[in-house]
Amino acid sequence: MSERTLYDKVWDHHKVRELPNGQDQLFVGLHLIHEVTSPQAFSMMREKGMDVPYPELTHATVDHIIPTLDQSRPFKDDAAEKMMAELESNVASANIKFSGPESGNQGIVHVVGPEQGLTQPGMTIVCGDSHTSTHGAFGSLAFGIGTTQIRDVLATQTIALGRQRVRRIEVKNELGEHVTAKDIILTIIRYLGTDGGVGHVYEYGGETISKLNMEGRMSICNMSVEGGARAGYINPDETTYTWLKHTDAFKDNLEDFERLKLYWESIKSDENAKYDDVFEIDCDEIEPMITWGTTPGQSIGISERIPDPESLPQGKQENAIRAQKHMRVTPGDKMEGYEIDVAFIGSCTNSRITDLREAAKIIEGETVSQNVRAMVVPGSQRVKIVAETEGLDKIFVAAGFEWRSAGCSMCLAMNEDQLVGGEACASSSNRNFIGRQGSKDGRTILMSPAMVAAAAIEGKIADVRKL
Amino acid sequence: MMVGNFSKAISIESVSGTGISIRGSDIDTDQIIPARYLKAITFEGLGEFAFRDVRFQSDGEEIPHPFNDELYRDASILVVNSNFGCGSSREHAPQALMRWGIKAVIGESFAEIFSGNCLALGVPVIEMNQEKIEKLQEWVDSTPSGEIVINIVNQTMGYNGEIIEVKIPDSHSKALVEGIWDTTSLLKSNPDEVRRISKSIPYIK
Repeated sequence: MSERTLYDKVWDHHKVRELPNGQDQLFVGLHLIHEVTSPQAFSMMREKGMDVPYPELTHATVDHIIPTLDQSRPFKDDAAEKMMAELESNVASANIKFSGPESGNQGIVHVVGPEQGLTQPGMTIVCGDSHTSTHGAFGSLAFGIGTTQIRDVLATQTIALGRQRVRRIEVKNELGEHVTAKDIILTIIRYLGTDGGVGHVYEYGGETISKLNMEGRMSICNMSVEGGARAGYINPDETTYTWLKHTDAFKDNLEDFERLKLYWESIKSDENAKYDDVFEIDCDEIEPMITWGTTPGQSIGISERIPDPESLPQGKQENAIRAQKHMRVTPGDKMEGYEIDVAFIGSCTNSRITDLREAAKIIEGETVSQNVRAMVVPGSQRVKIVAETEGLDKIFVAAGFEWRSAGCSMCLAMNEDQLVGGEACASSSNRNFIGRQGSKDGRTILMSPAMVAAAAIEGKIADVRKL
Repeated sequence: MMVGNFSKAISIESVSGTGISIRGSDIDTDQIIPARYLKAITFEGLGEFAFRDVRFQSDGEEIPHPFNDELYRDASILVVNSNFGCGSSREHAPQALMRWGIKAVIGESFAEIFSGNCLALGVPVIEMNQEKIEKLQEWVDSTPSGEIVINIVNQTMGYNGEIIEVKIPDSHSKALVEGIWDTTSLLKSNPDEVRRISKSIPYIK
């Protein structure tokens, strides 16, 4: 009886050979690129006279630097315009498909891939972005890579990679009201640590994961990397197949769908697959989560109190003291009631249509606190259109939210969307690192979109269940 | 250098130089190089922006930081704590450190993408336990001109008259010593085999 995981099977399907350094050469089934980490790879290739042998397996979009307010060209920011032009020229000369703003398909790379059906089970997927782990939600092996590796992939369609260990994360029991996939992954990182997953790939499974929709699964896999795991994945099932059936890749191509479904079924982890270790998490114990510090691991449930650094393991104490000083919080207090200046709904973690629906449900008929500037940045042009068809934009705008165009926006503040000075931001994004949202004194509090909506209304961190 | 049918990078068997300590766990790549410096199509000039926001106030005034300390300006061996380089996959982070002058990083542990990016630049990433790291950091703090010698082949590090065993992943040490850390030419050497494997993958047309 076979005891292999999806990881083992997909790896073996794509292994070309063992390299002299002991790593494996893996074939890359899908290479996603964007404007920030690819230009240097293209110029290195030009210098060496290399071409792109498999352009059909690479797909580009623009997300990090794109303005979300005025996208007319040339962009007002010269540096952004230059990066955009460079990307356009690189993809045109290499014959790479580009989901640009004019295509109606542009968006955050980790939203675009899944919605077009580029992301499929059993694939190896890489992108010069750490949140490439998102695509594991479909049962693919998806890794973030650096620019030199982007050059490797462009030039050879392969990558040199060492095998990792596989940790099974078993998630059980029902999620409570307004408890979401985001709260599950924040809890996992809280307990396993920001470095707990180094050297590992996380396989998420169990009854709770099976019941999650694809958007929730993506939120979880997305933040694997915040727990140190370079990749995370979920075995494909009917939920996955239903999503795929409606994408561009398969909606007019059921023959391919049925043929590939046999492959997708074959790469699922065996029932008695062997894992390097197993971690269990009980959703009965999870409530809406918020961060109190400056790493995604520094989080608590909304009704819990901010920990005394001395109560933490020794290695975590100094960081906690520094983080609490930066965040201006006091041990023993709750985060509930913490005043905010900005509310941000967006990012590759939580900018998909179900995220916007959940937030809109909370916002409907309410008003954003007068002290708060609030914005919604849909994950893609397509998400934006669906939301507008459903009238979600009107709900947000009526409440006082700005309704923006698709991009990474204030998750990492490479465009105009930035915190100013010491502003505090309730954010549905994935990183609360100091300076992440564009101001070195800015304060980021991570939470689910529904919790951001609640905070926007109250002007302070609030328990969405009490509204 | 051409060997067989692919060209090799230079072999890196040892690295030596003076040290510089950066303390704290979970130092993320946003801290190493803030995102606003990624708004360029090359890596040029990134060195001066390494750790920018922890080195300077918003108004440009210097904050005490090892990277601002003249005593460490010529340092080339960075000594750090745990989970260094977590967060974003930006190669700009090791590029900034390398362009500042760093030739090797010694730490308790490293984020995976960061250490892979370092290897791709020929910057060895070396692991030692917490106790040894703290001892080394204290020595570096008190001995800015003290020489550290890292021997990749023997997996040892020497300083202050002592030789200490260190951990370098086998794949990294092999790649560095044999000069195959620049993987592009290595991966480019078997296009027919790659094509053959691609044809066996069900979803590749």
